[in-house]
Amino acid sequence: MAQQEPGGVSDAALDPTEFGRVQRPSRVSGIGRFTARRLLTGLGTLAFVLVFNFFLFQMLPGDPLARYKGAREISAEDLAALRQELESPLWEQFFNYVKDPLQLDSYSTIQGKPVWEVIADALPWTLILLGTSTLLATVIGIWIGIRAGWNRGSKFDKNSTGITLFLYATPEFWLGLLLILFFSTGFWIFPGIFPSGSAIGSGLDPWTVDGVISIAWHTVLPAASLAAVYLADYSLIMRASMVDELGQDYLMTARAKGLMDRAIRRGHAVPNASLPTITLIFLNIGFIIGGAITVETVFSYPGLGLLTWNAIQADDLPLLQALFLFFSVSVIVFNMIADIVIAAIDPRIRL
Amino acid sequence: MTTDTAPTVAIPSVRAIRWKRRQVATARFIRAFSRYRSGLFGVGILLFFVAVAVSAPYVFPEYLLDPNANLSNSVYAPPSAEFYYWMGTDDLGRSVLAELAWGARPSLVVGILASIMAMIIGTLVGIASGHFRGFFGGSMERLTDWFLVLPFVPTVIVLQAVLGETTIWITVIVLGITSWPGTARLVRAQTLSVEARPYIERAKVLGNSDWAQMVRHILPNVMPLVIANTTLTVAIVILSMTTLAFLGLLDPNLISWGGMLDSADATGAALQGAWWFLIPPGLCVIAVVLAFTLIGRTLEVVLNPRLGSN
Repeated sequence: MAQQEPGGVSDAALDPTEFGRVQRPSRVSGIGRFTARRLLTGLGTLAFVLVFNFFLFQMLPGDPLARYKGAREISAEDLAALRQELESPLWEQFFNYVKDPLQLDSYSTIQGKPVWEVIADALPWTLILLGTSTLLATVIGIWIGIRAGWNRGSKFDKNSTGITLFLYATPEFWLGLLLILFFSTGFWIFPGIFPSGSAIGSGLDPWTVDGVISIAWHTVLPAASLAAVYLADYSLIMRASMVDELGQDYLMTARAKGLMDRAIRRGHAVPNASLPTITLIFLNIGFIIGGAITVETVFSYPGLGLLTWNAIQADDLPLLQALFLFFSVSVIVFNMIADIVIAAIDPRIRL
Repeated sequence: MTTDTAPTVAIPSVRAIRWKRRQVATARFIRAFSRYRSGLFGVGILLFFVAVAVSAPYVFPEYLLDPNANLSNSVYAPPSAEFYYWMGTDDLGRSVLAELAWGARPSLVVGILASIMAMIIGTLVGIASGHFRGFFGGSMERLTDWFLVLPFVPTVIVLQAVLGETTIWITVIVLGITSWPGTARLVRAQTLSVEARPYIERAKVLGNSDWAQMVRHILPNVMPLVIANTTLTVAIVILSMTTLAFLGLLDPNLISWGGMLDSADATGAALQGAWWFLIPPGLCVIAVVLAFTLIGRTLEVVLNPRLGSN
């Protein structure tokens, strides 16, 4: 539906040409125009993040130069040049920052390597953890949500809603600690079978069979703790949208046509109800990239989260700033992907 | 002059009518709310933790929390029959039960205060962005979108560093600043739908100022939604605060459930099998977060007629 004018019917709606255009949007140009508009607002958001990132770190207390130098060897001339740069007016510094927002030459003070190299080293591990947990959370969460919503008020619905609300309230790192206690340390009747430090056995090459098995084994517990908490989110939303669809007329029509209950659910209700969940999944991917900090810390899993944690502990501001930018951009990008995917699936959104 | 002897009907004052109407509405609300068992369950849990938080200083004297006063206790002693040590001791030999009781205080205080702050900012920005068209409304909307994409934990960390020391008030401000965009978005959507109704047009035609339209006509209509949403925000803020405490970003002298989990993790409680220092703090967090979630969901249904009819 087109946006409603507060003052009743707008002139545009009465204009026959305008009306006709809204009625029959061409499929291709509709999604293309939508995508272009979405990219534009995405760029605006990106600009805000850049400005925010610059001024936030500008405001940090203490001597930035001492922090920048850290334990590294920097010649006196270079330091003097940097000092001069720091004393230039704020707008000039900002201009320099915007010219090179990625700060490709900035170095991590703890690792003594360019920040983007440090981030690139940690990224694959985060992607493995993120991919596994998102896949688990999505499949299980949506399945529970569909079943609970379709059979609203059933025993399955009551039990699963209770459990998912409980998981929703659970801090994921606490779940991680429990999993370590039960399945890594071994406790009471539980065997300690899973490893809980690092992401791969020491000395193993990730590109061998043993290496891949070791990686899989190391991923189980952290992925399980992330998945459990996020699946609660997905199943609650999926259930709510299923319940919203239950009373719709088109389901009545489908029933009147004599379709089987399963066919109605799969072919009609689920596709319509899944839009909010799809949006949420993409939004969460953006956030989990930066939000797995606690889980990665608990399991000493060497991804971006643990990197952030180490950067906080060591006051490694260049690294923290780069990570902050990376996390914001990933949220923006996945936000954009979510909107575009939804618009591609659901023509109503494009208008 | 004759005295008026006709029987008079006492005309109730406007204030009395209003009072009566409120009483009826409150009674109706309580009746509607108490039809939901899950909501009552949430209220029950919440009342229990409020009682614990209020009584903690009287039941558990402060020396129990002082690391220096408990040096003679053994570290990670398992639960015992003595009341103070029902839950054993922590990594510094302190009573875990006492810490649990004291830990209820910051969770409730920070959770509620930060959510109120988020509610105020979110409602202001939401109504303004829904009511005003053009540049001002547009920029308010953009502002909301921008704050929505800030990665939570890193933002909080940096804000914390910028604002200086980690007192409990700084934590309230930091969590308040980062928790409002969701509310703003919701309020904006509701404002747009209220603005489309004829009585707003009437108010405009009668010459009400923007301020009067927003405060007298829009605000009362978005308020139920805001209250339900704020209750749900408290749950999220308490979880976020637990995360912050776990990362060591809270006042280190403050006893909190997340801080307990931080110590448990740092001293290897999981590896030593000290479940009594690991499991109870997490369960307390879950209980309080669950309580606010259940209450919030019930409020949503009770206050939102569209959902209630389902």
